Amino acid sequence: MSKTYFDETHCAIGHPKSTFMQWMLTIDHKRIGIMYAAVMFVFFFVAVFTAFAMRLELFAPGGQYMDGDTFNQAFTLHGVIMIFLFIIPGIPAVFGNIVMPLMIGAKDVSFPRLNWFTFWLYIAGCCIALASLFIGEGVADTGWTFYAPYSMNTGTNVIMALVAAFVLGFASILTGLNFLVTIHRLRAPGMTFFKMPLFVWGIYATAWIQLLATPVVGITLVLAILEKYFGIGIFDPAKGGDPVLFQHLFWIYSHPAVYLMILPAFGIMSEIIPTFSRKEVFGYRTIALSSASIAGIGYLVWGHHLYTSGMSDIAKTVFSFLTFFVAIPTGVKFYDWVATMYQGKIVLSTPMIWALGTIITFAIGGITGITITMIGMDVHLQDTYYTVAHFHYAILGGVVFLMFAGMHYWFPLITGKMYNETKAKIAFYLNFIGFNLLWFPMFIAGYYGMPRRYFDYLPEFEIYHQISFIGAVIFISGLIYMFWVFFKGWTKGEATTPNPWNATTLEWHLPTSPPPLDNHSKVPYVDFDPYEYKHGEPVVKFNYETMQRID
Amino acid sequence: MGHEYVPEIAIDRDGNEHEVQGWQGDFYGGKLGFWLFMLTEVMMFGAMFLALAYYNTLHPQDFLDASASLNRLLGGTNTVILLISALTMGLGLLRMRAGDVKGAKLMIWATMILAVAFLVIKGFEWTAEYHHGIFLMHDKLLPESTLPFGQKLFFGLYFSMTGLHGFHIIIGIGLMIWLLKRINAGKVSTEHHILHWNIALYWDIVHLIWVFVFPYYYMIGAGGATGGH
Ligand code: HEM
Ligand SMILES: [Cu+2]
Repeated sequence: MSKTYFDETHCAIGHPKSTFMQWMLTIDHKRIGIMYAAVMFVFFFVAVFTAFAMRLELFAPGGQYMDGDTFNQAFTLHGVIMIFLFIIPGIPAVFGNIVMPLMIGAKDVSFPRLNWFTFWLYIAGCCIALASLFIGEGVADTGWTFYAPYSMNTGTNVIMALVAAFVLGFASILTGLNFLVTIHRLRAPGMTFFKMPLFVWGIYATAWIQLLATPVVGITLVLAILEKYFGIGIFDPAKGGDPVLFQHLFWIYSHPAVYLMILPAFGIMSEIIPTFSRKEVFGYRTIALSSASIAGIGYLVWGHHLYTSGMSDIAKTVFSFLTFFVAIPTGVKFYDWVATMYQGKIVLSTPMIWALGTIITFAIGGITGITITMIGMDVHLQDTYYTVAHFHYAILGGVVFLMFAGMHYWFPLITGKMYNETKAKIAFYLNFIGFNLLWFPMFIAGYYGMPRRYFDYLPEFEIYHQISFIGAVIFISGLIYMFWVFFKGWTKGEATTPNPWNATTLEWHLPTSPPPLDNHSKVPYVDFDPYEYKHGEPVVKFNYETMQRID
Repeated sequence: MGHEYVPEIAIDRDGNEHEVQGWQGDFYGGKLGFWLFMLTEVMMFGAMFLALAYYNTLHPQDFLDASASLNRLLGGTNTVILLISALTMGLGLLRMRAGDVKGAKLMIWATMILAVAFLVIKGFEWTAEYHHGIFLMHDKLLPESTLPFGQKLFFGLYFSMTGLHGFHIIIGIGLMIWLLKRINAGKVSTEHHILHWNIALYWDIVHLIWVFVFPYYYMIGAGGATGGH
């Protein structure tokens, strides 16, 4: 039996004896990915319980458990954790680290020590964010967007939240940089760009956004910090500054950041659909190139967040038009996925069910997104629960659900064990039903004018909030149950073979499961497409001793 | 490095051998990575230039007036110093590649001294401005002062950007000290000089940014004024 990465590791400094220090100092991309996942999901649950507290407060009109100020801090904390600590780093840090190098046949990322450093930078950012809870007047109450001029005037700990976001952004830049170089330099011989698995394409497009957009928000946050400390006046009207400039600079990053979340998620979808349809993916090139073009166009549409902030009508129209434009490559992807499934031998394993469920929820998120792209509609729906429901459908029902799909898909690869299929499916249905019950009523409430970020409301909205509360209970139970199923699988599950799904991409052609320390014991020569199936069977087969093809 | 890298060979169906690129000792990868990192610096300063350009169009006259009051002599001297330091840094890299480690070290020292000179001059400038009441949180830049909005914005951005640029110079000096240590320890040599290469690139970007900062802040008002405080 050869050793796996659980038995052995490379360390940044020396080689300590204790297992704990081996984990802390590891530069193995697989271990780093697992550590990211562990930390992120802890924060995820913190934010979920903050959200639950909000839902509890909103169960009935009037104030029950918290006052307005606390509510403001609650949704800020929820938003900051979910966005900056969880979903922006999310899929790249976890699966980009764990499976991307395996998929391209690399032994590690290009800069493993930088990867280790980046992880700890991320932890530092998280600590600063948490510390802001307890220091001074408590966590910021500005919402996760930190809009000036309010953020310049509030007494809460905005500076620390800004510093945390800056540090986390820096970690994100370094991750993207590392992946870009890895993908350019360390692909197995023969693997051209158009022979890369689609998840790698998703990570690649994402990495460019991380690299090019994050510095803009970084400097915006620095300017905001300087302004709060030294009063430089850029966003402060009292000195002639322009608060709307803050919004521009903020959204120049934060809109592409939406694609930074969704593109790797689409990458996961593009892996799961062909594998469980046992068919070559339809339109490989269009899926790959649409990722790149979404990343490109995504830069030009930030203005749709500013329809109500004051902008010339021409600018509004242009931004609206460009935003519609992003829907095209997205639509192409959906079309390709459906076409891949058409006449395939569909296997309804848990990852596939998650992927199919997500097609529904993300479609709802996307279509409602188009409605608020229209200027006239948006002026009505801006800052209502319609928008809140829209982005939860897109982010939670799109990105997070696909992340869960990926967790089921790569679970046997990472752990070498299998979870219980039946229980995992029950968890999916709990999540799916709970989620829709939680957010769908909010479209209606928002349409009738329920404003967002309010801790109190008129009695006519009560029914929606109550349905939503029941949904939240089911959904959160589903989440806990799902993690319990994972936990049981990891500790007690059956051992699996290296390729339980009959998948074709390189990460499934490893000598052992879980993978050995050095990934592919031998690097194969890649002269095949990533998804080759014939009569529902993978075409390419390897001799795992020599990694030469034997088909 | 701990784990020595032995290049691996992948064999295709026709039996041809292909060398596998490992992450160890990937000179090209190291260079590419640093270029990308410098791209983020450009984006960062780019955003600030964007803000600057925006306010410039709103308050053109205020900007010219404020610019006129900056000390062009000191700023210009600094520009020359920085340009020379870019030259010495580049020469140092050439020396290193040619195998002349001693000459390379000398050039790095020269660059460092020039960098310190830059900071000292900057310090004089800021002190003088402070005495004129122009400084962050100081008389003329307070909200209640009567200085026109455009000028307040100009100086707010001026201190942010020159401050951030000065911070980069300090980091650069730190990097050069580190580089010298690595050279002395034999970790950076004629064969393994990626660190030297990247720090030279860093220094190039730092001076390039200054080449934009200088005309934007110091020169635009040159026509209308008699110069200096
Ligand atoms: C358990 C699931 C979740 C529940 C019950 C939930 C609930 C809520 C609630 C009640 C609000 C406040 C709405 C308002 O008053 O404006 C909110 C806001 C928000 N949520 Fe969630 N949420 C959940 C998951 C997520 C996830 C997974 C993300 C992103 C990854 C997310 C991102 C946000 C953001 C960005 C805001 C806006 C915060 C702000 O206004 O500054 N949520 N959520
Ligand atoms: Cu947007």
